[in-house]
Amino acid sequence: MANDVCFRLNHLDRSWALAVYRDQHGYEVLEQVLREQRDPARLIDELKTSALRGRGGAGFPTGLKWSFMQRGAPGQKYIVCNADEGEPGTCKDRDIMRYNPHQLIEGMALAGYVIGATRGYVYLRGEFWEPYERLQGAIEEARAAGLLGSNLLGSGFDFDLDIHLGAGAYICGEETALLESIEGKKGQPRYKPPFPASYGLYGRPTTINNVETLASVPEIIRHGGQWFLELGKPNNGGTKIFSVSGHVERPGNYEVPLGTPFAELLEMAGGVLGGRRLKAVIPGGSSTPVVPGERMMEVTMDYDGIAKAGSMLGAGSVIVIDETVCMVRLLARLSHFYYEESCGQCTPCREGTGWLARVVHRIEHGQGRAEDLDLLDSVAGNIGGRTICALGDAAAMPVQSFLKHFRDEFEYHIEHGRCMVGATPAHG
Amino acid sequence: MATIEINGKVVEARDGAMLIEAAAEAGFAIPHFCYHRKLTIAASCRMCLVEVEKAPKPLPACATPVSDGMKVQTRSPKALAAQKAVMEFLLINHPLDCPICDQGGECDLQELAVGYGGDVTRFAEGKRVVGDPDLGPLIATEMTRCIHCTRCVRFIAEIAGTRELGAPGRGEHMHITSWLGGQVGSELSGNVIDLCPVGALTSKPFRFRARAWELNARPAVAMHDGLGANLWFDTLRGQVLRARPRDNEAVNECWLSDRDRFACAGLHSDDRLRQPLLRDRNGWREAGWDEALPRAAQLLRNIVDNRGGEQLAALAAPSQSAEEYYLLQKLLRALGSPHIEHRLRQGCFTAQEAMPLMPGLGMAPEALQAGDAFLMVGCHLRKEQPLLNHRVRQAVLNGAAAMAINPVVWPSNYPLAAEQTVAPSRLAGALAEVAQALAGGEAGGEAAAMAERLRDAEQPLILVGAVAQMGEYLGAILAQAMQVAEACGGRVAFLPEGGNSAAAWLAGAVPHRGVAGSHAPTVGKHLRQLYAEPVAGLLLLGIEPERDSLDPAAMARLLEAAEGVVALAAYDSPLLREHADVILPLATWAESAGTQINHAGLWQSYRGAVAAPGEARPGWKVLRVLGNLLDLDGFDFNAADEVLAELRAAVDRQGAFAPTPWPAVALPDAPASVEAVAALSPYSVDAMVRRSPPLQAASDAPQPCCRVHPALAERLGRPQRVRVGDGAASAVLALEIDERVADGCIVVPTAIAETALLGALTGAISVEQAA
Ligand SMILES: Cc1cc2nc3c(=O)[nH]c(=O)nc-3n(C[C@H](O)[C@H](O)[C@H](O)COP(=O)(O)O)c2cc1C
Ligand code: SF4
Ligand code: FES
Repeated sequence: MANDVCFRLNHLDRSWALAVYRDQHGYEVLEQVLREQRDPARLIDELKTSALRGRGGAGFPTGLKWSFMQRGAPGQKYIVCNADEGEPGTCKDRDIMRYNPHQLIEGMALAGYVIGATRGYVYLRGEFWEPYERLQGAIEEARAAGLLGSNLLGSGFDFDLDIHLGAGAYICGEETALLESIEGKKGQPRYKPPFPASYGLYGRPTTINNVETLASVPEIIRHGGQWFLELGKPNNGGTKIFSVSGHVERPGNYEVPLGTPFAELLEMAGGVLGGRRLKAVIPGGSSTPVVPGERMMEVTMDYDGIAKAGSMLGAGSVIVIDETVCMVRLLARLSHFYYEESCGQCTPCREGTGWLARVVHRIEHGQGRAEDLDLLDSVAGNIGGRTICALGDAAAMPVQSFLKHFRDEFEYHIEHGRCMVGATPAHG
Repeated sequence: MATIEINGKVVEARDGAMLIEAAAEAGFAIPHFCYHRKLTIAASCRMCLVEVEKAPKPLPACATPVSDGMKVQTRSPKALAAQKAVMEFLLINHPLDCPICDQGGECDLQELAVGYGGDVTRFAEGKRVVGDPDLGPLIATEMTRCIHCTRCVRFIAEIAGTRELGAPGRGEHMHITSWLGGQVGSELSGNVIDLCPVGALTSKPFRFRARAWELNARPAVAMHDGLGANLWFDTLRGQVLRARPRDNEAVNECWLSDRDRFACAGLHSDDRLRQPLLRDRNGWREAGWDEALPRAAQLLRNIVDNRGGEQLAALAAPSQSAEEYYLLQKLLRALGSPHIEHRLRQGCFTAQEAMPLMPGLGMAPEALQAGDAFLMVGCHLRKEQPLLNHRVRQAVLNGAAAMAINPVVWPSNYPLAAEQTVAPSRLAGALAEVAQALAGGEAGGEAAAMAERLRDAEQPLILVGAVAQMGEYLGAILAQAMQVAEACGGRVAFLPEGGNSAAAWLAGAVPHRGVAGSHAPTVGKHLRQLYAEPVAGLLLLGIEPERDSLDPAAMARLLEAAEGVVALAAYDSPLLREHADVILPLATWAESAGTQINHAGLWQSYRGAVAAPGEARPGWKVLRVLGNLLDLDGFDFNAADEVLAELRAAVDRQGAFAPTPWPAVALPDAPASVEAVAALSPYSVDAMVRRSPPLQAASDAPQPCCRVHPALAERLGRPQRVRVGDGAASAVLALEIDERVADGCIVVPTAIAETALLGALTGAISVEQAA
C-alpha cells in the first residue's frame, strides 16, 4: 500500500493537469460541499475523526486547529499554506505541488469554506521554480474553470488564491515569521499568544497549514475520516510522505501508512547504500533528535512510535546515516545551519547557536577541550524552551542527542584531534 | 481585576496587565531589557523569564498577561536559571568595555550582570565585532555593545513615527542601523539614547565628558517650546553637561524633543556675557555691578525725567521666566510706561483685545491624545511643538482625524485626513470656506471634507501655530478659526513659538493688559506701533535683536532711534554693541530660579541648575535691584519665590477673565506679487538653541536657501539663486524647487544671518534672479 493520498496521481501522465485531476474525482468534494452547503462543524468533525495531524513538523491536530477559527466573526480571514519546505531533509511538498497541485488548491478552498476565509496565500519557497510554475498554472486553470474566484459554482462562496514567493530563509517556514514575510516585513517569528487564529495575517484571524496537510483534506472528506484514520493507526491517522535521504540506494519520497516499520521503509528505499552498516537515523528532519541505527530498526514510522525512541516524526524527513559518517562533522554541519538561520531576535538563539556552532567546529578541527562536551550540553540546554519560536529547540536538540548517543566520537576527536571514523582527516 | 500569587504574595492585578507590571507593583522587580512600558512588546531579550505554575517552560513576564489564580515564581531556581542563562548569552559577545563606555554607571546590562552574571566566562571563542553607523551629530554609536533589544527601532517606528531605524541581517548578523544609512532625522531621535539599555547608543555631544556617577542631577523645565518639558540637567563642577527627561506623564511623559535635550550645549557658547559692559567715550569697557546698575538706573531715570515715562519701552524675549516678566512690567508701569512687549515674532496685532487670557491649549497635553479631530492652520506642529505632535499622532493612530491648512506640505509622521496648501494670505479664506461648509454652504472638496470631519468630532480642536503667528494675517486667521470652532462646537488653541508666552501674557508683559488680564489704564504700543513710532529709551530682556525679531530691520531701526538702551542679555550681539549703553550679563533659565507656564496653564517652577558664568545674574535679581535703585515701591524681594507669590496672588485676585468678543476681521487680499513665508527652523527659535553646535549640525538646522513651487520657479526662469527683498534691503540666497510649497509663495528662512537685514518676511516680497 503506497501513494494513496497526496501522491495518488503520481503514476499518471501530466498528473498536474486539471483534466487529469478531474478524471480522478478531483474537485468533486468541493462541488459537493458547496452544493450541499455542508455544515463546516461536521467537516471539522470528519477531520478530527481522521486524526490528521499537521505535516509541517509540529504534528498539531488539524481539526482542532481549524476549530479555533471563529467562522462567523465579521471581517477578513485567511488560509495560508506553508510551502516553504525549509527543513533540511524535506522534499515532499515540492512533489505534491509538482504532481498534484490541484489537490492542494481543492484542500485550500475547502479549508477556506470551513474557516470562513475568502482568501488564501501559498508561501512558496522561492527556489522551487518548477513547483511554482505547476502550482501557478493550476491556479490559473482552476480560476478559468470557475473553481477559484467569486461565487464558486454558484454557491455564493468566494475564494481566491495567490502565491507569495519566499526568498530563502529557513525561519520564514515558521508560521508567524511567514506571516510577517507575506506582510512585507523582515521574517521574524511573533511572540505567541496571540495565536494566528485570533491575530494572524494583517492582524486578521488566520489558519496556517502545511502543503501535505491541506492536500490530504479532499481525500479525507471524500472517503470519510474513518477511512483515513484506518489507513494509519489510532491517533496517527492516514498516510505520510517520508522523504528518505542520505545513505540509501533509492533516496526519494515514499507515501506510506503511518505505523509502517522503519525497516520496511528502508527496504523500499533500497536499503543502506552499498550494504553498509546503518549507524543512525535522523527521523523527522534536521531539527529532530538523532536515533542510533539499532534502535531505529525497531521503530514504527508514526508520531507515537518515533516519540518512544526519543525523537520526533517532524516533517517526515528521514536522513539515513551509515557507518562512514563522522558524527562530529555531521553535527558541525547541522549546527552551522542553525547558526546561519536563526533570525536573531531572541538572545538564547542568536547568541547560543553561534556558540554551539563554534565549539563543535573547533572540536571537529582538532581543537576541542575536555570541558567542551559538558559546555555544549549546558549551552544547548540553556537555549531549549527559552526562545520565541522552536528554532532554538531545533538547534539544541541535535546537539544534545548527538552527545547522548555518540559522545565517544566527540571524546575521541577531542583527545586525538581527529576522527574516529575511518581515515577521515581531522582537518577535512 | 485578577488575583494572582507572586512569590507567595497574593496580588491584585489589573486585567490585561502583564506579569512584569503586576510584579513591579507588588514590589518584585523582574530583570528585563527589551520591555519598555511605552513601547510594543518584543519579548525577545528573554531576560524576564519567570516560572509560572502549570506552564511547562519559563514564560516571559513582559508578554504574559495575568490571569486569575496564576502562581508565579520570579526567583525560584528554575526562574533564576533561565535568567542567568540569558545573562550569560548576552555577555558572551558583549565587549565588556565598561571602563571606556559612556553608559558605565547607568547601564542596565552592567547593573543586572552584578546580580545574574557569572564571575568567569565559559566563552572561549572570538567575540563579534559590529560596525558603527553614523546616525548624525546627536547619537553616538558603538554597535558591538548592542544587545538587540530593538527598543530604539520600536521607538523610532512607534513614537517618532519615522521608521528610520531597523535591524537588518539575520542571527548574529542582525544589527541596528538606519535603513538608508543616513542620519536619523526625527525631532525626537535623542530618546533612543535613554532607551538603549547599554552603551550602544549614547549622546554624541556628551561623549567622554564625564562618568555618570560624577554628575549631579538638577531638575529643570525646558523653555524652547510651550510644553515646558521636565528634564534633568546633569552637572559637573558648575557646568551643565547634558539634559535627560524627567518623567512627568502630564507633560512630556518620559520623552524629550531633541531641541530640549541638546540645546544646553548652547550654554557654553564663547559669546556668553560674563561681565557688565558700559559704553563710554572710548567704546565698551567691563565694569562691576556696583557701577553698572546705578548707571542703568540713571539712564532709565533720565529718560523718564526728561522725556516722560511714555518714552520708555521694554522688550522681552518670549522664553524668559514668569518672574522676570512680572518684574519687568511692574518696573515699566511704575515708571509710567505702558509699552511692554514680548511678541517679537508676531506679525499682526489687530485682534489682541480678543485674545484669551493667555495662549495655549487650554487643556492637558494628555487630553490631546483622546481628541478626535485636529485642524492645524499655519502650524508645523511636528517641528514647532514636537511632543504635542506626538500626542496628536497617538490620537490619529487611535482613529482621530488630523487635517492641515498650511502654505507648505510638511512631511507628517501620521496620515492627514484632509489637507489644503495655500499662501499665508489665503489661510483665513480657507478657514472661512470650512466655516461656510459647516454652516451648510457650498464648499470645495477639501474644505467640505474638513467640515465633515470637524462636524462628526466630539472635541474638534483648531491649532493655530507659529507660521500663522509670523504673518500679517494672524488676526484674520484667528477670527476665522473662531468661526469654525463655533460652527463645529470646537475650540481654538493658539500656540506661539515662545517657550514661555503664556507666562508673558499672564504676568502682563503685553502693552494692552495688566497682570492676569487686568485692565490697563493706558494701552501701550504693541511691537508694530513701536517700530512705527520709536521711543527714546529701551529696556531689553534676554533679546538677541538681530535674530529674535520677525522684522530684524525694524528692530535695528528701533534700537538706533533710542537715546538710551539698557540690555539684560545672556549672549553678546553686534546690534547691542552698536546701540546699547549698558549691557548687563543675564543668567539663562538654566541658571536661575523661575517659572514656566505651559500650554495647559500648568505653572512649573525650577531652580537654577548651575551658577551663571562670570558675573551674569538672574534677571529677577537685576530687575529687583533696578527697582530699588529707582526708588520704586514693592521691589523688596529676597527670592524668586516671593516674586512668584505676588504674581500668583494677583492672578487669584483677578478672577475670571472675559476677553472682548472677536472683531469682524476682513479677509485679507492676496498680495499682487510673490508672497513670503517665513521659515523658522526649530533650531533657530532662541539664543541658546541657535548656539548649540549639535543642533546646528542636525538635519533640522536652518538652511540658507529659499524654496518655491516648480510653477513659480518656471515663471522666475528657474534661477539657481535669487535676490529677495523689500524696497530697503535684499539678500541673495540659493533657490530650491519644492512642489510642497504653495504656488506663488517663496519660503525664506528667518532668524539667520543671511536674512538679518530684511524686514518681516510676510506679505509681498520681491524676488528676482541673482547671479
Ligand atoms: C524554524 C521553523 C521552520 C519551519 N519550517 C516549516 C516549513 O518549512 N514548512 C512547514 O510546513 N512548516 C514549517 N514549520 C512549522 C510551522 O511553524 C507550522 O507549525 C506549520 O506550518 C503548521 O502546519 P501544519 O499544522 O499543517 O503542520 C517550521 C517551524 C519552525 C519553528
Ligand atoms: S528562537 Fe531563534 S529563530 Fe526563533 S524567534 Fe528566537 S532568535 Fe528567531
Ligand atoms: S523583557 Fe521580557 S523578553 Fe525582554
